[in-house]
Amino acid sequence: MTGPFLLLHDADNVLVARMNAPEGLEITLDSGPVRLARPIPMAHKIARHAIAAGETILKYGMPIGIATEDIAPGAHVHIHNIRSAYTATHALQDADGISAGVSR
Amino acid sequence: MKGWLRADGRKGIRNTVVVAYLVECAHFVASEIVAAFRDQDVQLIGFPGCFPNEYAARMMERLCTHPNVGAVLFVSLGCESFDKVRAANAVDASGRPVKTLVIQKSGGTRATVQAGRDWVAGALTQIAGVPRVAMAVNELIIGTVCGGSDGTSGISGNPAAGRAFDLLVAEGAACIFEETGELIGCEEIMAARAITPELGQALRDSVQKAERYYATLGFGSFAAGNAAGGLSTIEEKSLGAYVKSGDSPISGLIKPGDVPPQGGLYLMDVVPDGEVRFGFPNISDNAEIVEMIASGAHLTLFVTGRGSVVGSAISPVIKICANPDTYRALADDMDVNAGDIIEGARSIAEVGQEIRDLVVAVAGGAKTKSEDLGHREFILTYKSFEPIGPACLPGAA
Repeated sequence: MTGPFLLLHDADNVLVARMNAPEGLEITLDSGPVRLARPIPMAHKIARHAIAAGETILKYGMPIGIATEDIAPGAHVHIHNIRSAYTATHALQDADGISAGVSR
Repeated sequence: MKGWLRADGRKGIRNTVVVAYLVECAHFVASEIVAAFRDQDVQLIGFPGCFPNEYAARMMERLCTHPNVGAVLFVSLGCESFDKVRAANAVDASGRPVKTLVIQKSGGTRATVQAGRDWVAGALTQIAGVPRVAMAVNELIIGTVCGGSDGTSGISGNPAAGRAFDLLVAEGAACIFEETGELIGCEEIMAARAITPELGQALRDSVQKAERYYATLGFGSFAAGNAAGGLSTIEEKSLGAYVKSGDSPISGLIKPGDVPPQGGLYLMDVVPDGEVRFGFPNISDNAEIVEMIASGAHLTLFVTGRGSVVGSAISPVIKICANPDTYRALADDMDVNAGDIIEGARSIAEVGQEIRDLVVAVAGGAKTKSEDLGHREFILTYKSFEPIGPACLPGAA
Protein backbone atom coordinates (compact mmCIF):
# COMPACT_ATOMS: atom_id res chain seq x y z
CA MET A 1 0.00 0.00 0.00
CA THR A 2 1.33 3.43 -1.02
CA GLY A 3 -0.68 5.98 0.99
CA PRO A 4 -4.20 5.93 -0.43
CA PHE A 5 -3.15 3.56 -3.23
CA LEU A 6 -3.38 -0.25 -3.31
CA LEU A 7 -1.08 -2.63 -5.13
CA LEU A 8 -3.39 -5.54 -5.98
CA HIS A 9 -0.74 -7.88 -7.43
CA ASP A 10 3.07 -7.87 -7.48
CA ALA A 11 3.14 -7.95 -11.28
CA ASP A 12 0.87 -4.90 -11.67
CA ASN A 13 2.01 -1.65 -13.28
CA VAL A 14 -0.97 0.28 -11.86
CA LEU A 15 -2.08 1.17 -8.33
CA VAL A 16 -5.75 1.60 -7.35
CA ALA A 17 -7.05 4.45 -5.17
CA ARG A 18 -8.84 3.12 -2.11
CA MET A 19 -10.11 6.64 -1.31
CA ASN A 20 -10.34 9.95 -3.14
CA ALA A 21 -6.79 11.31 -3.45
CA PRO A 22 -6.40 15.11 -3.87
CA GLU A 23 -4.39 16.90 -6.57
CA GLY A 24 -0.87 17.72 -5.36
CA LEU A 25 -0.73 14.86 -2.87
CA GLU A 26 2.83 13.56 -2.58
CA ILE A 27 3.18 9.80 -2.79
CA THR A 28 6.26 7.61 -2.85
CA LEU A 29 6.70 5.20 -5.74
CA ASP A 30 9.63 2.87 -6.49
CA SER A 31 11.12 5.62 -8.65
CA GLY A 32 10.83 8.18 -5.84
CA PRO A 33 8.32 10.79 -4.69
CA VAL A 34 5.75 12.25 -7.13
CA ARG A 35 2.89 14.71 -6.75
CA LEU A 36 -0.52 13.84 -8.20
CA ALA A 37 -1.15 16.07 -11.22
CA ARG A 38 -4.92 15.82 -10.73
CA PRO A 39 -7.34 14.41 -8.16
CA ILE A 40 -7.65 10.63 -8.38
CA PRO A 41 -11.15 9.45 -7.43
CA MET A 42 -11.66 6.27 -5.44
CA ALA A 43 -11.13 3.13 -7.55
CA HIS A 44 -9.31 4.97 -10.34
CA LYS A 45 -5.76 3.94 -11.25
CA ILE A 46 -2.32 5.58 -11.43
CA ALA A 47 0.90 4.31 -13.01
CA ARG A 48 3.10 2.46 -10.54
CA HIS A 49 6.14 3.29 -12.70
CA ALA A 50 6.84 4.60 -16.20
CA ILE A 51 4.79 2.75 -18.84
CA ALA A 52 5.72 2.93 -22.52
CA ALA A 53 3.16 3.25 -25.33
CA GLY A 54 2.14 -0.24 -26.47
CA GLU A 55 2.87 -1.86 -23.11
CA THR A 56 0.26 -4.14 -21.53
CA ILE A 57 -1.46 -2.75 -18.44
CA LEU A 58 -1.60 -5.29 -15.61
CA LYS A 59 -4.13 -5.18 -12.74
CA TYR A 60 -4.92 -8.19 -10.51
CA GLY A 61 -1.82 -9.57 -12.27
CA MET A 62 -3.90 -9.81 -15.45
CA PRO A 63 -3.96 -7.76 -18.69
CA ILE A 64 -6.63 -5.06 -18.69
CA GLY A 65 -5.55 -3.12 -21.79
CA ILE A 66 -2.75 -1.53 -23.76
CA ALA A 67 -1.09 1.87 -23.23
CA THR A 68 -1.81 4.25 -26.14
CA GLU A 69 0.90 6.74 -25.08
CA ASP A 70 3.85 6.93 -22.69
CA ILE A 71 2.57 7.22 -19.11
CA ALA A 72 4.63 8.84 -16.34
CA PRO A 73 4.88 7.37 -12.83
CA GLY A 74 1.93 8.55 -10.72
CA ALA A 75 -0.13 9.68 -13.74
CA HIS A 76 -3.84 8.81 -14.03
CA VAL A 77 -4.26 5.62 -16.07
CA HIS A 78 -7.66 5.57 -17.74
CA ILE A 79 -9.53 5.74 -21.04
CA HIS A 80 -7.44 8.69 -22.32
CA ASN A 81 -4.19 6.69 -22.31
CA ILE A 82 -5.11 2.97 -22.46
CA ARG A 83 -7.36 0.94 -24.76
CA SER A 84 -9.06 -2.44 -24.65
CA ALA A 85 -7.54 -5.39 -26.49
CA TYR A 86 -11.13 -6.48 -27.19
CA THR A 87 -13.87 -3.86 -27.76
CA ALA A 88 -13.68 -0.08 -27.56
CA THR A 89 -14.80 1.57 -24.32
CA HIS A 90 -17.92 3.73 -24.36
CA ALA A 91 -17.75 6.71 -22.02
CA LEU A 92 -19.42 10.09 -21.43
CA GLN A 93 -18.30 13.45 -20.06
CA ASP A 94 -18.13 12.11 -16.49
CA ALA A 95 -15.44 9.51 -17.30
CA ASP A 96 -12.83 11.52 -15.40
CA GLY A 97 -14.66 10.45 -12.24
CA ILE A 98 -14.95 14.07 -11.07
CA SER A 99 -17.58 15.69 -13.33
CA ALA A 100 -21.16 14.91 -12.42
CA GLY A 101 -22.16 14.18 -16.02
CA VAL A 102 -24.92 16.83 -16.06
CA SER A 103 -24.78 20.20 -17.81
CA ARG A 104 -25.94 22.27 -14.83
CA MET B 1 -36.00 -22.15 6.98
CA LYS B 2 -39.34 -23.19 5.45
CA GLY B 3 -40.51 -23.25 1.86
CA TRP B 4 -43.85 -23.47 0.07
CA LEU B 5 -44.03 -26.99 -1.37
CA ARG B 6 -44.99 -27.17 -5.05
CA ALA B 7 -46.39 -30.20 -6.90
CA ASP B 8 -43.04 -30.86 -8.66
CA GLY B 9 -41.30 -31.18 -5.29
CA ARG B 10 -39.47 -27.84 -5.52
CA LYS B 11 -39.90 -25.38 -2.69
CA GLY B 12 -40.42 -21.62 -2.91
CA ILE B 13 -39.25 -18.94 -0.49
CA ARG B 14 -42.15 -16.67 -1.50
CA ASN B 15 -45.77 -17.35 -2.43
CA THR B 16 -46.53 -14.83 -5.14
CA VAL B 17 -49.48 -14.28 -7.45
CA VAL B 18 -48.08 -13.29 -10.83
CA VAL B 19 -50.09 -11.20 -13.29
CA ALA B 20 -48.49 -11.53 -16.73
CA TYR B 21 -49.35 -9.44 -19.77
CA LEU B 22 -48.67 -11.19 -23.07
CA VAL B 23 -48.17 -8.11 -25.24
CA GLU B 24 -47.55 -4.43 -24.48
CA CYS B 25 -51.16 -3.72 -25.48
CA ALA B 26 -52.28 -5.59 -22.34
CA HIS B 27 -49.66 -4.01 -20.04
CA PHE B 28 -51.82 -1.21 -18.66
CA VAL B 29 -54.76 -3.47 -17.87
CA ALA B 30 -52.46 -5.95 -16.10
CA SER B 31 -50.81 -3.17 -14.10
CA GLU B 32 -54.24 -1.83 -13.05
CA ILE B 33 -55.13 -5.29 -11.74
CA VAL B 34 -51.91 -5.44 -9.71
CA ALA B 35 -52.33 -1.86 -8.41
CA ALA B 36 -55.23 -2.97 -6.20
CA PHE B 37 -52.92 -5.26 -4.22
CA ARG B 38 -50.11 -2.90 -3.21
CA ASP B 39 -49.68 -4.48 0.22
CA GLN B 40 -49.99 -8.09 -0.88
CA ASP B 41 -47.66 -10.34 -2.81
CA VAL B 42 -49.08 -9.73 -6.29
CA GLN B 43 -46.53 -8.92 -8.97
CA LEU B 44 -46.52 -7.78 -12.58
CA ILE B 45 -44.45 -9.44 -15.29
CA GLY B 46 -44.92 -9.55 -19.04
CA PHE B 47 -43.61 -9.72 -22.56
CA PRO B 48 -44.07 -6.67 -24.80
CA GLY B 49 -43.70 -8.12 -28.29
CA CYS B 50 -46.43 -9.10 -30.73
CA PHE B 51 -44.23 -11.46 -32.79
CA PRO B 52 -43.81 -15.12 -31.78
CA ASN B 53 -40.55 -16.12 -30.07
CA GLU B 54 -39.70 -19.54 -28.64
CA TYR B 55 -37.28 -18.11 -26.06
CA ALA B 56 -39.95 -15.76 -24.67
CA ALA B 57 -42.51 -18.58 -24.56
CA ARG B 58 -40.12 -20.86 -22.68
CA MET B 59 -39.02 -18.12 -20.30
CA MET B 60 -42.62 -17.23 -19.49
CA GLU B 61 -43.44 -20.88 -18.74
CA ARG B 62 -40.37 -21.24 -16.50
CA LEU B 63 -41.11 -18.01 -14.67
CA CYS B 64 -44.79 -18.83 -14.13
CA THR B 65 -43.91 -22.29 -12.73
CA HIS B 66 -41.06 -20.93 -10.57
CA PRO B 67 -41.22 -22.27 -7.01
CA ASN B 68 -41.74 -18.74 -5.61
CA VAL B 69 -44.94 -18.42 -7.68
CA GLY B 70 -48.27 -19.70 -6.29
CA ALA B 71 -50.78 -18.66 -8.96
CA VAL B 72 -50.82 -16.97 -12.38
CA LEU B 73 -53.19 -14.63 -14.20
CA PHE B 74 -52.43 -14.09 -17.89
CA VAL B 75 -53.74 -10.92 -19.50
CA SER B 76 -54.03 -11.06 -23.29
CA LEU B 77 -55.28 -8.41 -25.69
CA GLY B 78 -56.47 -11.23 -27.92
CA CYS B 79 -54.76 -10.83 -31.28
CA GLU B 80 -51.08 -11.04 -30.25
CA SER B 81 -48.92 -13.97 -31.35
CA PHE B 82 -48.00 -15.22 -27.87
CA ASP B 83 -49.34 -18.79 -27.42
CA LYS B 84 -51.46 -18.19 -24.34
CA VAL B 85 -53.04 -21.64 -24.42
CA ARG B 86 -49.63 -23.34 -24.24
CA ALA B 87 -48.58 -21.05 -21.38
CA ALA B 88 -51.76 -21.63 -19.39
CA ASN B 89 -51.56 -25.39 -19.94
CA ALA B 90 -48.01 -25.42 -18.57
CA VAL B 91 -49.07 -23.58 -15.42
CA ASP B 92 -52.14 -25.79 -15.02
CA ALA B 93 -49.99 -28.93 -15.35
CA SER B 94 -47.78 -27.61 -12.53
CA GLY B 95 -50.75 -27.71 -10.15
CA ARG B 96 -51.08 -23.93 -9.76
CA PRO B 97 -54.30 -21.93 -10.08
CA VAL B 98 -54.25 -20.21 -13.50
CA LYS B 99 -56.63 -17.96 -15.42
CA THR B 100 -56.41 -16.20 -18.78
CA LEU B 101 -58.35 -13.01 -19.44
CA VAL B 102 -58.67 -11.80 -23.03
CA ILE B 103 -59.43 -8.07 -23.09
CA GLN B 104 -61.16 -8.20 -26.48
CA LYS B 105 -63.56 -10.84 -25.15
CA SER B 106 -63.96 -9.53 -21.61
CA GLY B 107 -65.63 -6.18 -22.28
CA GLY B 108 -62.56 -3.97 -22.53
CA THR B 109 -60.40 -2.22 -19.97
CA ARG B 110 -62.78 -1.61 -17.06
CA ALA B 111 -64.45 -5.02 -17.11
CA THR B 112 -61.15 -6.88 -17.52
CA VAL B 113 -59.52 -5.00 -14.65
CA GLN B 114 -62.48 -5.88 -12.41
CA ALA B 115 -62.49 -9.53 -13.48
CA GLY B 116 -58.74 -9.71 -12.91
CA ARG B 117 -58.95 -8.20 -9.44
CA ASP B 118 -61.72 -10.62 -8.50
CA TRP B 119 -59.69 -13.59 -9.70
CA VAL B 120 -56.50 -12.47 -7.92
CA ALA B 121 -58.38 -11.99 -4.64
CA GLY B 122 -59.66 -15.56 -4.90
CA ALA B 123 -56.22 -16.89 -5.83
CA LEU B 124 -54.61 -15.22 -2.81
CA THR B 125 -57.07 -17.04 -0.55
CA GLN B 126 -56.51 -20.31 -2.36
CA ILE B 127 -52.70 -20.27 -2.23
CA ALA B 128 -52.67 -19.29 1.44
CA GLY B 129 -53.38 -22.99 1.95
CA VAL B 130 -50.19 -24.20 0.20
CA PRO B 131 -48.19 -26.21 2.77
CA ARG B 132 -44.96 -24.72 4.16
CA VAL B 133 -42.38 -27.38 4.88
CA ALA B 134 -38.81 -27.55 6.14
CA MET B 135 -36.26 -26.40 3.57
CA ALA B 136 -32.48 -26.73 3.61
CA VAL B 137 -29.68 -24.67 2.05
CA ASN B 138 -29.00 -27.50 -0.41
CA GLU B 139 -32.46 -26.88 -1.91
CA LEU B 140 -31.65 -23.28 -2.77
CA ILE B 141 -30.64 -21.88 -6.16
CA ILE B 142 -28.86 -18.53 -5.93
CA GLY B 143 -27.86 -16.22 -8.76
CA THR B 144 -25.33 -13.41 -8.81
CA VAL B 145 -25.11 -10.37 -11.01
CA CYS B 146 -23.25 -7.08 -10.88
CA GLY B 147 -24.59 -3.80 -12.14
CA GLY B 148 -23.49 -0.21 -11.98
CA SER B 149 -19.97 -1.58 -11.50
CA ASP B 150 -17.04 0.63 -10.68
CA GLY B 151 -13.42 0.07 -9.74
CA THR B 152 -14.39 -0.95 -6.20
CA SER B 153 -16.67 -3.80 -7.38
CA GLY B 154 -13.79 -6.11 -8.23
CA ILE B 155 -11.92 -5.37 -4.99
CA SER B 156 -14.68 -5.58 -2.36
CA GLY B 157 -18.23 -6.51 -3.38
CA ASN B 158 -17.51 -9.15 -5.98
CA PRO B 159 -14.85 -11.02 -3.95
CA ALA B 160 -17.22 -11.00 -0.96
CA ALA B 161 -20.06 -12.37 -3.12
CA GLY B 162 -17.61 -15.00 -4.38
CA ARG B 163 -16.79 -15.96 -0.81
CA ALA B 164 -20.50 -16.31 -0.04
CA PHE B 165 -20.86 -18.51 -3.15
CA ASP B 166 -18.02 -20.74 -1.89
CA LEU B 167 -19.80 -21.16 1.46
CA LEU B 168 -23.17 -21.87 -0.20
CA VAL B 169 -21.74 -24.34 -2.74
CA ALA B 170 -20.00 -26.16 0.15
CA GLU B 171 -23.43 -26.43 1.83
CA GLY B 172 -24.89 -28.01 -1.31
CA ALA B 173 -26.67 -25.03 -2.88
CA ALA B 174 -26.69 -24.44 -6.64
CA CYS B 175 -25.09 -21.09 -7.50
CA ILE B 176 -25.27 -19.39 -10.89
CA PHE B 177 -23.02 -16.66 -12.26
CA GLU B 178 -23.54 -15.18 -15.71
CA GLU B 179 -22.96 -12.55 -18.36
CA THR B 180 -20.37 -14.18 -20.59
CA GLY B 181 -19.91 -10.75 -22.24
CA GLU B 182 -18.38 -9.65 -18.94
CA LEU B 183 -16.03 -12.63 -18.77
CA ILE B 184 -14.10 -11.60 -21.87
CA GLY B 185 -10.44 -12.00 -20.98
CA CYS B 186 -11.18 -14.57 -18.23
CA GLU B 187 -11.90 -17.57 -20.47
CA GLU B 188 -8.64 -19.46 -19.87
CA ILE B 189 -8.55 -19.14 -16.08
CA MET B 190 -12.24 -20.07 -15.97
CA ALA B 191 -11.90 -23.10 -18.27
CA ALA B 192 -9.21 -24.46 -15.93
CA ARG B 193 -11.82 -24.67 -13.13
CA ALA B 194 -14.26 -26.88 -15.09
CA ILE B 195 -14.85 -30.39 -13.70
CA THR B 196 -14.10 -31.92 -17.13
CA PRO B 197 -11.90 -30.75 -20.04
CA GLU B 198 -14.94 -30.91 -22.36
CA LEU B 199 -16.87 -28.55 -20.09
CA GLY B 200 -13.79 -26.30 -20.00
CA GLN B 201 -13.89 -26.08 -23.78
CA ALA B 202 -17.63 -25.28 -23.67
CA LEU B 203 -16.93 -22.45 -21.19
CA ARG B 204 -14.18 -21.08 -23.45
CA ASP B 205 -16.48 -21.32 -26.50
CA SER B 206 -19.25 -19.43 -24.70
CA VAL B 207 -16.98 -16.47 -23.98
CA GLN B 208 -15.62 -16.46 -27.52
CA LYS B 209 -19.22 -16.41 -28.78
CA ALA B 210 -19.86 -13.38 -26.57
CA GLU B 211 -16.76 -11.64 -27.89
CA ARG B 212 -17.89 -12.16 -31.50
CA TYR B 213 -21.43 -11.06 -30.71
CA TYR B 214 -20.42 -7.83 -29.01
CA ALA B 215 -17.82 -7.10 -31.69
CA THR B 216 -20.62 -7.19 -34.28
CA LEU B 217 -22.77 -4.89 -32.17
CA GLY B 218 -19.90 -2.44 -31.78
CA PHE B 219 -20.25 -2.02 -28.02
CA GLY B 220 -19.00 -4.16 -25.18
CA SER B 221 -21.06 -4.84 -22.05
CA PHE B 222 -19.78 -1.60 -20.61
CA ALA B 223 -21.80 1.45 -19.57
CA ALA B 224 -20.59 5.03 -19.38
CA GLY B 225 -20.86 4.93 -15.59
CA ASN B 226 -18.34 2.11 -15.46
CA ALA B 227 -15.72 4.50 -16.85
CA ALA B 228 -16.70 7.27 -14.45
CA GLY B 229 -16.15 4.73 -11.68
CA GLY B 230 -12.58 4.07 -12.74
CA LEU B 231 -12.97 1.09 -15.06
CA SER B 232 -11.10 1.69 -18.32
CA THR B 233 -11.75 -1.41 -20.46
CA ILE B 234 -14.12 -4.39 -20.77
CA GLU B 235 -11.37 -6.78 -19.67
CA GLU B 236 -10.78 -4.77 -16.51
CA LYS B 237 -14.53 -4.88 -15.78
CA SER B 238 -14.56 -8.60 -16.60
CA LEU B 239 -11.79 -9.49 -14.19
CA GLY B 240 -13.65 -7.70 -11.41
CA ALA B 241 -16.93 -9.39 -12.33
CA TYR B 242 -15.38 -12.83 -12.62
CA VAL B 243 -14.44 -13.01 -8.93
CA LYS B 244 -18.16 -13.17 -8.05
CA SER B 245 -17.88 -16.83 -9.02
CA GLY B 246 -15.62 -17.58 -6.04
CA ASP B 247 -13.16 -20.48 -6.09
CA SER B 248 -15.39 -23.56 -6.40
CA PRO B 249 -15.02 -25.94 -9.33
CA ILE B 250 -17.42 -25.14 -12.19
CA SER B 251 -19.98 -27.94 -12.49
CA GLY B 252 -21.84 -26.90 -15.59
CA LEU B 253 -22.81 -24.46 -18.30
CA ILE B 254 -26.51 -23.65 -18.58
CA LYS B 255 -28.65 -21.33 -20.69
CA PRO B 256 -31.61 -19.21 -19.54
CA GLY B 257 -34.40 -21.50 -18.34
CA ASP B 258 -32.16 -24.55 -17.72
CA VAL B 259 -32.43 -25.50 -14.03
CA PRO B 260 -29.19 -26.70 -12.38
CA PRO B 261 -29.65 -30.45 -11.84
CA GLN B 262 -27.92 -30.48 -8.43
CA GLY B 263 -25.78 -28.35 -6.14
CA GLY B 264 -22.60 -26.75 -7.44
CA LEU B 265 -21.43 -23.72 -9.39
CA TYR B 266 -22.84 -23.02 -12.86
CA LEU B 267 -22.09 -20.45 -15.55
CA MET B 268 -25.11 -19.15 -17.43
CA ASP B 269 -24.47 -18.44 -21.13
CA VAL B 270 -26.70 -15.45 -21.83
CA VAL B 271 -25.50 -14.56 -25.32
CA PRO B 272 -27.88 -15.75 -28.08
CA ASP B 273 -26.81 -18.44 -30.56
CA GLY B 274 -26.52 -17.92 -34.28
CA GLU B 275 -26.28 -14.66 -36.18
CA VAL B 276 -26.81 -11.41 -34.32
CA ARG B 277 -30.56 -10.78 -34.17
CA PHE B 278 -32.87 -8.73 -31.95
CA GLY B 279 -30.09 -6.46 -30.66
CA PHE B 280 -28.08 -6.52 -27.44
CA PRO B 281 -28.10 -9.79 -25.46
CA ASN B 282 -29.30 -8.23 -22.21
CA ILE B 283 -30.37 -4.62 -22.48
CA SER B 284 -30.14 -3.90 -18.75
CA ASP B 285 -29.37 -5.62 -15.43
CA ASN B 286 -32.91 -6.87 -14.80
CA ALA B 287 -32.86 -8.89 -18.02
CA GLU B 288 -30.00 -10.90 -16.50
CA ILE B 289 -31.80 -11.30 -13.19
CA VAL B 290 -34.95 -12.53 -14.96
CA GLU B 291 -32.93 -15.17 -16.81
CA MET B 292 -31.48 -16.54 -13.59
CA ILE B 293 -34.95 -16.61 -12.05
CA ALA B 294 -36.15 -18.58 -15.09
CA SER B 295 -33.41 -21.08 -14.23
CA GLY B 296 -34.91 -21.44 -10.77
CA ALA B 297 -32.98 -18.83 -8.75
CA HIS B 298 -34.81 -18.29 -5.45
CA LEU B 299 -32.90 -15.07 -4.88
CA THR B 300 -30.13 -13.01 -6.46
CA LEU B 301 -27.00 -11.36 -5.09
CA PHE B 302 -26.54 -8.00 -6.84
CA VAL B 303 -23.17 -6.28 -6.44
CA THR B 304 -23.07 -2.57 -7.25
CA GLY B 305 -20.44 0.14 -7.02
CA ARG B 306 -22.10 3.16 -8.65
CA GLY B 307 -25.33 2.35 -6.84
CA SER B 308 -28.17 0.39 -8.42
CA VAL B 309 -31.50 0.49 -6.58
CA VAL B 310 -33.36 -2.29 -8.42
CA GLY B 311 -35.09 -5.35 -7.06
CA SER B 312 -37.00 -7.92 -9.08
CA ALA B 313 -40.34 -9.56 -9.57
CA ILE B 314 -40.62 -13.19 -8.35
CA SER B 315 -37.28 -13.55 -6.51
CA PRO B 316 -35.77 -11.19 -3.90
CA VAL B 317 -32.57 -9.28 -4.67
CA ILE B 318 -29.86 -8.80 -2.02
CA LYS B 319 -27.87 -5.66 -2.83
CA ILE B 320 -24.21 -5.63 -1.93
CA CYS B 321 -22.60 -2.21 -2.16
CA ALA B 322 -18.92 -2.33 -3.06
CA ASN B 323 -18.20 1.40 -2.73
CA PRO B 324 -18.25 2.96 0.78
CA ASP B 325 -19.17 6.45 -0.52
CA THR B 326 -22.09 4.99 -2.49
CA TYR B 327 -23.19 3.02 0.56
CA ARG B 328 -23.37 6.19 2.62
CA ALA B 329 -25.29 7.96 -0.16
CA LEU B 330 -27.79 5.13 -0.78
CA ALA B 331 -27.87 3.20 2.50
CA ASP B 332 -31.68 2.75 2.37
CA ASP B 333 -31.26 0.72 -0.82
CA MET B 334 -28.32 -1.45 0.22
CA ASP B 335 -28.42 -4.71 2.20
CA VAL B 336 -24.68 -5.20 2.68
CA ASN B 337 -21.85 -2.66 3.00
CA ALA B 338 -18.89 -4.33 1.31
CA GLY B 339 -17.29 -0.86 1.23
CA ASP B 340 -16.03 -1.81 4.70
CA ILE B 341 -13.43 -3.91 2.88
CA ILE B 342 -12.08 -0.89 0.96
CA GLU B 343 -11.86 1.08 4.19
CA GLY B 344 -10.15 -1.77 6.02
CA ALA B 345 -12.95 -2.12 8.60
CA ARG B 346 -13.84 -5.72 7.74
CA SER B 347 -12.30 -8.58 5.78
CA ILE B 348 -13.62 -10.22 2.60
CA ALA B 349 -14.28 -13.36 4.68
CA GLU B 350 -16.36 -11.44 7.23
CA VAL B 351 -18.53 -9.77 4.58
CA GLY B 352 -18.82 -13.08 2.69
CA GLN B 353 -20.16 -14.73 5.84
CA GLU B 354 -22.64 -11.85 6.33
CA ILE B 355 -23.92 -12.36 2.76
CA ARG B 356 -24.28 -16.13 3.28
CA ASP B 357 -26.20 -15.57 6.53
CA LEU B 358 -28.41 -12.97 4.84
CA VAL B 359 -29.24 -15.46 2.05
CA VAL B 360 -30.52 -17.89 4.68
CA ALA B 361 -32.47 -15.14 6.48
CA VAL B 362 -34.10 -13.90 3.24
CA ALA B 363 -34.90 -17.47 2.22
CA GLY B 364 -36.55 -17.79 5.63
CA GLY B 365 -38.81 -14.81 4.94
CA ALA B 366 -36.82 -11.70 5.91
CA LYS B 367 -37.41 -8.90 3.38
CA THR B 368 -34.54 -7.37 1.42
CA LYS B 369 -34.27 -3.58 1.17
CA SER B 370 -35.55 -3.54 -2.42
CA GLU B 371 -38.46 -5.86 -1.53
CA ASP B 372 -39.41 -3.65 1.37
CA LEU B 373 -39.30 -0.54 -0.83
CA GLY B 374 -41.60 -2.27 -3.34
CA HIS B 375 -39.10 -2.72 -6.19
CA ARG B 376 -40.33 -5.38 -8.62
CA GLU B 377 -38.52 -4.65 -11.86
CA PHE B 378 -38.97 -7.06 -14.74
CA ILE B 379 -37.91 -7.14 -18.37
CA LEU B 380 -38.11 -9.85 -21.01
CA THR B 381 -37.11 -9.27 -24.63
CA TYR B 382 -36.48 -11.20 -27.84
CA LYS B 383 -33.62 -13.73 -28.01
CA SER B 384 -32.89 -17.12 -29.52
CA PHE B 385 -30.88 -20.06 -28.20
CA GLU B 386 -29.90 -23.56 -29.23
CA PRO B 387 -30.10 -26.21 -26.47
CA ILE B 388 -26.92 -26.76 -24.44
CA GLY B 389 -24.47 -29.36 -25.74
CA PRO B 390 -23.71 -32.79 -24.18
CA ALA B 391 -20.50 -31.56 -22.46
CA CYS B 392 -22.29 -28.83 -20.51
CA LEU B 393 -23.66 -30.82 -17.55
CA PRO B 394 -21.17 -33.66 -16.93
CA GLY B 395 -22.38 -34.30 -13.38
CA ALA B 396 -26.07 -34.66 -14.25
CA ALA B 397 -27.60 -38.01 -13.36
